[in-house]
Formats: sequence, structure tokens, C-alpha cells
Amino acid sequence: MGTIQFDDVSLRFAGGARPAVNRVTCQVNSGEIVVILGPSGCGKTTLLKMVNRLYEPTGGNIFLDGVNIRKIKATKLRQQIGYVIQQSGLFPHMTVADNVAVVPKLLGWGKPQIQARIDELLELVKLPPGEFRNRYPAQLSGGQQQRVGIARALAGNPGIMLMDEPFGAIDAITRTALQDEILRLQGQLKKTILFVSHDVEEALRLADRILVMRLGEVVQFDTPFNLLTRPADEFVYNLLGADDMVRQLGLLRVGAAMMALPPNYSNGHNPTLSHLDSLRDALSLILKTGAPALTVLEEGNPVGLLTLDHIRESAVAGNGR
Amino acid sequence: MSYLLSQPGEVLTLLLQHLRMTGISLGIAIALAVPLALLVMRLRWLAVPVLGGLGVLYTVPSLALIIFLVPLFGLNATSVIVAMVLYTQVILVRNLTVGLVGINPAVLEAARGMGMSLSQRWWRVQVPLVLPVFLAGVRIAAIVAIAIATIGAKFNAGGLGKLLFDGIQTNRYDKIVAGAIAVAVLALVINGLLLALEHYAQPQQRLKKL
Repeated sequence: MGTIQFDDVSLRFAGGARPAVNRVTCQVNSGEIVVILGPSGCGKTTLLKMVNRLYEPTGGNIFLDGVNIRKIKATKLRQQIGYVIQQSGLFPHMTVADNVAVVPKLLGWGKPQIQARIDELLELVKLPPGEFRNRYPAQLSGGQQQRVGIARALAGNPGIMLMDEPFGAIDAITRTALQDEILRLQGQLKKTILFVSHDVEEALRLADRILVMRLGEVVQFDTPFNLLTRPADEFVYNLLGADDMVRQLGLLRVGAAMMALPPNYSNGHNPTLSHLDSLRDALSLILKTGAPALTVLEEGNPVGLLTLDHIRESAVAGNGR
Repeated sequence: MSYLLSQPGEVLTLLLQHLRMTGISLGIAIALAVPLALLVMRLRWLAVPVLGGLGVLYTVPSLALIIFLVPLFGLNATSVIVAMVLYTQVILVRNLTVGLVGINPAVLEAARGMGMSLSQRWWRVQVPLVLPVFLAGVRIAAIVAIAIATIGAKFNAGGLGKLLFDGIQTNRYDKIVAGAIAVAVLALVINGLLLALEHYAQPQQRLKKL
């Protein structure tokens, strides 16, 4: 549940010189985080807003789990899709609890069920209900507001979340914390997340796959590792800053560069690190310890080996143009 | 002051006339202002002619405006009420449009994106958010209406103004003072009540001050 399929989707606004979105065909798989990345005006937000019918395509079709969204009433469709926007868009006249309750109320849930859901979600986004339930949005920091925004979007238990530059207006430290939060939540909830961003680092951190857009068209749709190591063209190469080696290493995850555990692997004296760590962390660990190889752990269990050669290969592949 | 105490019956009758005129005119004015403001919101180009026209109307002295209306509605309370409605329009329409425009677009987009229908967005989001601003307009309009209703006594409409004008004509200072005090107290009380209502309509502001 939660597959989004774009089939030859275009949108030309009245009076627009070129289509805002031009013949996009791609599929977002269930449980995947896809970041739509591109410079402003590339059509990324427009593409996102067609999924919950805030915009209607002028050509092509969008399917959710195989159902054409034109056949679903717009309000019904939107109630089934989580929606998080920049600056949170919380209702200032409602308490945190009432904000979270909006979609469950629209869906006609019973009172006890809604109350339980509010507490559950506030716990989930780490805002203790006892402290935050009855606060108004104006009494929260930007980061807390966006946590409520995420809880509110999750309230109706949607299979799909649309996030339109949700952390764009938030300071860098809080933004990183919120990105970690999204990854943590995603580990638990396995939603299909379509996330619009113009921030390359954010895209590389969050995405299972990145949809790079330019002038309304999809330039490349691939994993962060492949985008860095095999960019489709000069535009993607420059957008990702693939020529900055150290930065690139900081963005690549160990899991994508390691080799599988050899069959004769015995737990030696290798230093260990997580498959979610960056290659930059790995490089620094190798230089610090002088060890020839690192053992990569996933949830405490060894899953692979990483040597300096692997790091060099990744870097060379990325800089091979 | 003594007149107020010696003639409570007469003062009460005049006060009720005054309140009746104010109430009727505010009721009609609000009933007109809401659709007018919504029309201006829908057709933005109307904002300048509508608000401009109402603003010009506001600059006409109330005495002169009522005189213009007498040939149409007669020498009675109706002319005065029509004048009050016309005067308060600019205040109400402006406050309502400013309030509606002032709602954060992100909030409205969130409401739409979460699947609220047009009427749900109006009643659950726009109305509660615009209410404090609108009530502030109603409060000012009520004070203006009370002031104009006082002039209404000159046009056979009754009200507390009658005490003032009678007092001037008969050189009865006690009546003038009584009328002035009564109108002032009325204005202050109505202002206070509407201010309390305004305060009540915005719980988020109330909490912020704590």
C-alpha cells in the first residue's frame, strides 16, 4: 500500500511559457522515501501538489496503488494523504491536540479513539502530551511546530506522506535533528514519503531515491550513491557538487560502498561502525586506528567489510568524469 | 446627574430607543458587510472602488447625510438608521477584508491539503481566525452608531440625544448633563462588553499574555 505512479504527467499553468511539469513518468514504491530535488522553479512542488490534487494535471494520470486519483473525490483523497508544508501551517486558534485531531475528526473517528491517537502521536514526535497537548502553536519553537505538523499529518494513519520543504525555514541544527527524526519515524512506520527539497545534503541524507528535476522535467531518478557516482549529465554533477571529494564522502553511506561479509569472516579486531555512517566517518576511523579494514554493523550484527580501497573506488567513480 | 435620578422612567425609555436604533442598524450593517467583504475578497479589483466609495461616504458629516436621507425615508428613525448603516459599512467591510487577507496562506493551504471542504475551511478556520479582527470592527462601529443615534433626536428618532437637544432649547443644564452622561456611559459599557467578547474570541492571544 502506498505506491505512487506518474504516467506521462504534465501541467501547464494558464499563460505559462513552458509547462511547469513536463511529461513525467516514474514510480515511487511503497515504503520508500523519494526526495524531489531541484532548483526553484523546476516544478518539484507542482509535481508534489498534483498527488493530493491541489493542482490538477493538464495531461497524463497519477495512480495511487493502481487507482487513478481523478476517480477519488479530492477531499477524500487528501484525508488519506499526510501533508506537511513549510512553516508548518498549524491552525493558530487551535491547541496542539486540536491541530492533531483535525483529520481524525474529518474522518469521523470516535472521541476516545481521537484522544488516544493524539497522545500516541505526540509521544512519537517526542513532545510529551502532558506538557504540549494544550499549548497553542504560538507558544512553540519552529522545530516543535514542525513536529506537531508531522504528527498532524500522520494522524489519519495515511500510507503516503507529502512533505513540501518542511524544514526549509528552520535553523540548521534543528533541521538536522528533524531529519534524523524522519529517518527514525520511517524506520518504525514505513510510509511512502514524497519529500520536496532544494537542499542537496538533506536529499542525500533522507532519500532512498532522489528525483532530480530541471525545467519541469525529470533529469535523473536514482539512489544517492548512483547520482554521485554516475550522474546523468553536467547539471546533476554540478547540482550534487560531485567534484568536492571530502563533502561527497560525507554524504555517501558506508552501507552503499562496503563489500559483503566474506564467507570465511571471523570476528577479528577490526574497528566497527554502522552502515548508516558516512564514508567520511569511515575514512577518519581508518586514519585514526590504522586498521586495514572496518567491520560494518547493522543493528549490532556484522554485515560487511570496508577498506580504504572501497572508499577510493567510490570517490573515483564519483569523480570519473 | 439629579435629572437621571428624578426621571428614571423617561431616561430609560430614551435609552431603550437609543439601544434599539443602534442594535437594528448594527444588525443590518453586519448583514450587508459580510457578503460585501466576501465579494471584495473574491473580486479583488472591487477593493479600491468599494472601500474608496465607503470611505468617501464616511467623510460626509452625519447631520448632512441624514438631511439627504429625510426626503427618501421621512423625518423619523428610519433615516437615522440608514445613515448609521452607511457610516458603519466602511469600518466593518475594511476590518473583515483586512482580517481575511491577513490569514496566513500556509494555514489555508494546510486546511485544503488536509481535506477540508470549502465550508469546513470557512467555519473551522477562516471564521475563528477572522472573528477577533471583525469584532474589533463591530466595536468601533457600535461606538460610531451610538454617536450618530444621538444626532437622531434632531430628526424625530428619539434616543438619548433628545435630552441634549431639549436641554439646549429650554436652557435646562441638568438635562444636557444628564444626556451627556447617559450617552457616555452607554458608549463605555458597550465598548467594554464588545472588548470582552473580542478577548474571549482569541484564546491563543489570552494564553500568550500569561
